[in-house]
Amino acid sequence: MNAVLQMPAQSRQFLSGNEAVARAVWESGVKVAAAYPGTPASEMLENIALYPDVYSEWSVNEKVSLEVALGATMTGSRAFCGMKHVGMNVAADALMTMTLTGVMGGLVIAIADDVGLSSSQNEQDSRFWGRFAHLPILEPSDSQEAYDMTRRAYSLSEEFQCPVILRMTTRICHVKGLVAVGSREPHIGAGFVKEPSRWVMVPGHAKRRLPMQFERDDKLRDLSETSDLNLLEEGKDRRVGFVASGPAYMHVREAFPDAPVLKLGMTHPAPLEKIRAFAGKVDQLLVVEETEPLLETEIKAAGIAVHGKDVLPRTGELSPAVLRPAVAKLLGETLPATEARRPAMEVFPRPPTMCAACPHLGVYFTLSQMRNITVSGDIGCYTLGSGHPWNALDTTIAMGASMGVAHGLDKGRGESDANKKIVAVIGDSTFMHMGMTGLLDITYNRGNVTVLLLDNSTTGMTGGQNTPANGRDIRGEAAPRIDFAKLVEALGVRPERIRVVDPYELPTLFKALREETKINEPSVIITNRPCVLTQDYVKRQPLKVDEDKCTGCGTCLDVGCPAILVSRRGKEVKPSGKEVDLSFVRIETAACTGCNLCVQTCGQDAIVPAN
Amino acid sequence: MKNLTNILVVGTGGQGVMTAAEILAHAAIEQGLDVKKTEVAGMAQRGGVVSSHVRFGDKVLSPEIMPGEADILVGFEAAEAMRWSHYLRPGGVAMVNTLRLTPPVVSIGMYSYPADPVAEVRAAGVNVHDFDAGAIALELGGLHLVNTVMLGAIADLLPFPPETLEECIMQRFRASKPQWLDTNKKAFDAGRKAGLAAGRR
Repeated sequence: MNAVLQMPAQSRQFLSGNEAVARAVWESGVKVAAAYPGTPASEMLENIALYPDVYSEWSVNEKVSLEVALGATMTGSRAFCGMKHVGMNVAADALMTMTLTGVMGGLVIAIADDVGLSSSQNEQDSRFWGRFAHLPILEPSDSQEAYDMTRRAYSLSEEFQCPVILRMTTRICHVKGLVAVGSREPHIGAGFVKEPSRWVMVPGHAKRRLPMQFERDDKLRDLSETSDLNLLEEGKDRRVGFVASGPAYMHVREAFPDAPVLKLGMTHPAPLEKIRAFAGKVDQLLVVEETEPLLETEIKAAGIAVHGKDVLPRTGELSPAVLRPAVAKLLGETLPATEARRPAMEVFPRPPTMCAACPHLGVYFTLSQMRNITVSGDIGCYTLGSGHPWNALDTTIAMGASMGVAHGLDKGRGESDANKKIVAVIGDSTFMHMGMTGLLDITYNRGNVTVLLLDNSTTGMTGGQNTPANGRDIRGEAAPRIDFAKLVEALGVRPERIRVVDPYELPTLFKALREETKINEPSVIITNRPCVLTQDYVKRQPLKVDEDKCTGCGTCLDVGCPAILVSRRGKEVKPSGKEVDLSFVRIETAACTGCNLCVQTCGQDAIVPAN
Repeated sequence: MKNLTNILVVGTGGQGVMTAAEILAHAAIEQGLDVKKTEVAGMAQRGGVVSSHVRFGDKVLSPEIMPGEADILVGFEAAEAMRWSHYLRPGGVAMVNTLRLTPPVVSIGMYSYPADPVAEVRAAGVNVHDFDAGAIALELGGLHLVNTVMLGAIADLLPFPPETLEECIMQRFRASKPQWLDTNKKAFDAGRKAGLAAGRR
């Protein structure tokens, strides 16, 4: 039994925002939940999957997950879909039409914005989707609200027959707080009823439904004006009145306990008349919102004087420490210097790095030794290949983009890079998510890209979720396992140009890459070792350095393994008179699992079994 | 906010920082307090910096501890304690494991590891209590015990009885790994002793 299932009804639990959403989804009687993993959203579905009475799946991408959820609501059942902010870019095609069909059973779409980019390629404000797709947006400001609002969102979704977007951020998803939980209320769908004018969105049908979304906007606006989701909290210091939502609300309450605050739980449609009335009660109005000035723009457009991004930052997370000076500026005050505040001390950075024995290490060591290549990268642990010591990635854009970008680099090349070989690097989960179509584009259009498909049989960066590559479903039960060699052959790569190699065999890897990049047609090199953090990885005997043999050449450090450490540095004058730096190394035996990659880089046979 | 205790637990990915913070949070819940816990752990599993904020008291609003606000800094690694030392309030205590973990950017010579992080933090006016938690853990059965040793070390600095924290740790092991119950009890006691001794130096 796991902790989630042991959670008693009507109790207070210490839950993260993601766990609170999962609990509320289960209590709301949801039948189908689907998602693709993505930080900071992954734990929503991981926790929902712990409830045996909710059908849960890792979909191959966010668009599919949203379509699965929509299909489920067409039957009258309740459904859930959760993703990180960039996931909705992928799913938007489905979203923009399901706003016309609407839903039968309730559908909550949780979108988690990685404000501050702790683990993402960009920063986006998902509240735009509410405006774009004419859908309501709820914004919780802690775990309790994440729970409450998810429950509320299901009734709103059915009342207005449309999906409800729950806008989460990293600081909601991953913060734990006490949550009062309840018990599951069954919700039974009646089954799918054929109704082509509603579910078949051809132009004639869609045209007739367009006006409905505008009527819905009006009704939602009325709700926003009157709902207790948007609440005025009186305060005696009326010099600044705050409009705040999400985590920013908590920061405002903490920094300005005596100020009046209009707390918005439903931020789209915005309750502009409520805001107008509030503005009349305070000297100045300040809207505190993370990332984009969406509410600020709408409030200004309504002719209400408001401050916002003129004093607050446009990017990153807000906090009491950010808010205090901004408000002081607004009031023309100078903040009292905090007593004896120490400045931050200068310390080296710790950029995220690949694990000891990570099968990607050999790939990036090899790529870093190759000249005359351009490497198109993708999103996953292997994006870390852009860092030191490998510096072996030239582009990273979006999930699956390594394929199309590589093809474009090939077709668009000029004089200076006419002889460069184009290599694309992509992981197994990312390849299935969005890479397959890109590879088909390359083969169909007679491209010339060498694809390194790093199959580590998991979605590594987000915590090792199961995928079709390891043949286990979200609950760890046996599922069909994809055969990548067959898959890429079906996508048009000639069988002669498909190789499966062991990424721990550096000479084989190097030879395969050199040969395939020489041939002018699409090729795929599949590496076949599992992620070291998964159950599939088998540890081997750890290694150590024979200090008498180590010459300090430092070549093994180019592997980038975090278990290889410099024990001392030195200098040597070559016969040519040139002075070279020496780095004598040791291996952290406790961290080493004996992948033997470094052994193959040592010309002195100085790396030997530890015992 | 009044009556709020701010504890910042810091280290690197894989050291057990988040677990330690979780146990502290549960101990505060046992005391009937409101608690929030938040992590800054960007891709932390990959050896990066991990910091976990635990705040408890009558009512907790923002989950984050601001620089200059922490009552206790629990450093699982020496340079990490240095990195976060400015988060301590005047009079706050840094409980630091003297372990040094060097990342690859230091190994390849791009950056250097401070010669004596603890001395530098102390010179900056911080009340540092430092000891080698790894040595104690190894003696008792393995590095996985560092977590319990560090919790033991701060047990006497908390606004509630050390036994509450101890019981929270014991509960965790009773449920999942009863075979480790005894060694963890020893690790907690040894941590308490070491923390008190470090404080007297």
